[in-house]
Amino acid sequence: MDRIPILKIGDFLLVSVQVDMHDRLAVSLQDDLTSRIVSSRARGVLIDISALDIVDSFIGRMLGNIAGMARVLDAETVVVGMQPSVAITLVELGLSLPGIRTALNIDRGMDLLKSAIERTGAASG
Amino acid sequence: MGVSTKRLFEIIQRHEDVLLSDWMRLQGESLASRRDRISESQLRANSQNFVMAFREALSAGNSSDTSRAEWGSLRKQLEDLSKQRAAQGFSSTETALFVLSFKQALFNTLRQEFSNDPASLVESAWAATEILDQLGLFISESYLKSRESVISRQQQELLELSTPVVELWTGILALPLIGTLDSSRTQVVMQNLLEAIVAKEADLAIIDITGVPTVDTLVAQHLLKTVAAARLMGADCIISGIRPQIAQTIIHLGVDLSAVITKATLADAFRLALKKKNLSIT
Repeated sequence: MDRIPILKIGDFLLVSVQVDMHDRLAVSLQDDLTSRIVSSRARGVLIDISALDIVDSFIGRMLGNIAGMARVLDAETVVVGMQPSVAITLVELGLSLPGIRTALNIDRGMDLLKSAIERTGAASG
Repeated sequence: MGVSTKRLFEIIQRHEDVLLSDWMRLQGESLASRRDRISESQLRANSQNFVMAFREALSAGNSSDTSRAEWGSLRKQLEDLSKQRAAQGFSSTETALFVLSFKQALFNTLRQEFSNDPASLVESAWAATEILDQLGLFISESYLKSRESVISRQQQELLELSTPVVELWTGILALPLIGTLDSSRTQVVMQNLLEAIVAKEADLAIIDITGVPTVDTLVAQHLLKTVAAARLMGADCIISGIRPQIAQTIIHLGVDLSAVITKATLADAFRLALKKKNLSIT
């Protein structure tokens, strides 16, 4: 079974979803990502979904779950690169993903993560 | 039926010139008030072509069913004619009269031909009526079709014209909405905004609703949807241009806009946007 690669960049983990996300793949990504956050002590997760043309309600909820799990493990999650058509579909489905941070591209997402981590670091320290 | 179409064909062939001039006279009378819109020569050309194609169609077939292939060239001609008339500003009645006035001219000719044979007169008159009525209906239908296509094209243009996305500053977009927001317009607005966010790499969008006459629950819902979609793309939205009456309606209707930043004027929204990007005007 193919897996979605998880790359480590500094304190962050980068997940670039390049294939169609089916449900089993999404569940295995949850497993992999949570264990990688713990093993690498990552502070932030970037999920790039710019290659996805379709995001259904299950994937939408799973993204929310990943963000929640990462938060419990003290890592911030940013979803980047959503296609306009995907955004419209999600909104029409009534899923506005309230718990997830979003950014236009990887660059912006990285900036957002840095500032978010600074803020939480300042609050806890 | 075959006999009567054949007879019609012969009569038209024999009396073509008389028929044509008679028809031109009748059209001239019925179009008296429209003389400025169509030239004599154009009308004559149209009429001549029609009579010729009508005669051809009669000679080719033995059927009075005008949806058959042998009537194809005549139908094509009528389609072009109705398009041309629609563009010239003729009404549908006036366009249909083009075919219907031919009936009178043809009947005059038939009456002279069969002055002492009432049975044949009735038979060929019926055959002619049957065909010309179908053609009359056809021409008014294609007139309506061409008018409809004009209307739908204009509608499309209106949609595109009325939803511009302007870049106020690097990364700050403004979307001045003018006119009522319905579902189809929201779709276009949303699409334009999201595409502009990607193209300009914007992270702030100001939706200005100064030009929206009324905001009801549906419009508010459309606005919130647009804001949510922009947020999914990583851009924050500010809604500006809320007039006092609209603020009142929104609260009376119980619409919850607390999730969105709202400002009274575009200037205020722009100031806030600059501040969010750590920019200042000196």
